[in-house]
Amino acid sequence: MSIGIQDRTAIVGIGQTRFAKGLEDSELSLACQAIAAAIEDAGIDASEVDGLSMYSMENNREFEIARSVGLGDITYFGEIGYGGGAGCGAIGHAAMAVATGQCTAAVAWRARKRAAKSSRPWANVGQRLEGAQQWSRPWGLLRPVDEIAMLTRRYMHEFGAKREHLANVAVAFRKHANRNPNATMYGRELTHEQYMQARWISEPLCLFDNCLETDGALAVVIVSAERARDLRQPPVYVHSFAQSIPRQHQVMTNYFCDDPLLGPSYACARLLWERSEIKPADVPVAQLYDAFSPLIPLSLEGYGFCARGEGAAFTENGALEWPSGRLPTNTSGGGMSEAYVHGFNLILEGVRQMRGTSPCQVEGAESCLVTSGEGVPTSAVLLRR
Amino acid sequence: MASFLLPDLEDPASAPFWQATAAGELRIQACAACGARRMPPRPMCPACRSIEAKWEALSGRGTIWSCVVPHPPLLPAYAELAPYNVITVALEEDPSLRILGNLVARPEGPINEVDPATIRIGEPVRVVFQQVDDVSLPRWIRA
Repeated sequence: MSIGIQDRTAIVGIGQTRFAKGLEDSELSLACQAIAAAIEDAGIDASEVDGLSMYSMENNREFEIARSVGLGDITYFGEIGYGGGAGCGAIGHAAMAVATGQCTAAVAWRARKRAAKSSRPWANVGQRLEGAQQWSRPWGLLRPVDEIAMLTRRYMHEFGAKREHLANVAVAFRKHANRNPNATMYGRELTHEQYMQARWISEPLCLFDNCLETDGALAVVIVSAERARDLRQPPVYVHSFAQSIPRQHQVMTNYFCDDPLLGPSYACARLLWERSEIKPADVPVAQLYDAFSPLIPLSLEGYGFCARGEGAAFTENGALEWPSGRLPTNTSGGGMSEAYVHGFNLILEGVRQMRGTSPCQVEGAESCLVTSGEGVPTSAVLLRR
Repeated sequence: MASFLLPDLEDPASAPFWQATAAGELRIQACAACGARRMPPRPMCPACRSIEAKWEALSGRGTIWSCVVPHPPLLPAYAELAPYNVITVALEEDPSLRILGNLVARPEGPINEVDPATIRIGEPVRVVFQQVDDVSLPRWIRA
């Protein structure tokens, strides 16, 4: 007997644009191109799409998408908040809408021209700060990287993590990107030496601890498991889905609760695994949200791949690297070396792993964990073949 | 002229904090009903749901909980001072209550004067107040 929406829906179509800094097309055009490609991949008619699930930070509106791509009557539409925390949430809400009959074929997507300076939220500052920002920005903690660096320094202090561990993350993902011709960093090697010599962005984080700035769009199509079995692509089931705003959490500047290093992934993971027949030890490949390298050890701990405080050591001996690592992670290069489209590219790579079409295919992988932003209200999905 | 990011002093949730710093005091919001302290300020006590709050004076002492050193690209006012430090301070009265600030070498000193390599988590610090435009910002010196 399945729990909740377990395996009741499947991702049957994926589509994406090219990734680059400074694409000419508008965000609306990019979104339409990715969605049309996903519908084509699924082999359904655009008029069958009746559900739309997106990030609240998406600049495009549902009706613009629907009338450009020629979708049908839209009977479910919803937005998920918190930027990089939203990606798996958009998938999960689409899956819930399909599983409950609110719609029959849902599209979830993200389109972003991040490389434009105006798209950097931290640079769009008003005259005076209100709410949470007034407790960090006056002192010069301005950017997401500064906010995560504060947690990183504390993490290093409490658990003995070193920059070399963060280098393990950056180098592993770059190796994967070097097998993925669609990756922004394809053909550009990164060594541990280059990492250690890179310029600081916010100590203890350097340039290579940061994700890329990317223009691009990606989309998926989700239908019921019954419908999925009749379509052209092998179904990739949404096995388990969870979201989390942990108690007393504050977005990004989460320094004001009892234990700030118990991030949103802990609470998200509890529900995710409770609703899953698959356990962390059985998961052979993962796509973990990587706006910044330290989110990887935090996520490895939060999602139960190792004990608390052991996330940094987990990265040793090539554990994150395809093909022979203990848990090949971000196998298309992730946000740090493929593209940073608010983590949505991680979802498509999870689907490719389940289809057997990844550039770093983990042989025989039957499940893949995909997570969204750590450090913000978050979400995760466990995909299975 | 490049400007710093400063709080809205009219924000009802936090105005008493900034009024206190203007008077040279570090005060923290506490529930008038059950006494639970909370930082940052908010309209309701998460322990007892009272909307009545008071503002308790603190010793102004604490320890460094964490520290970062931002480098450009930054907003112009901050880029001129970079690299500088930003610290999180755990307050003496209750180390689970924290506040951000900068470590300065002297009460009037700039935020880029302390050698970042010398800053240690756990170091004791005490508050000082520096005027930036119309805001009195709490910053910290070694205790």
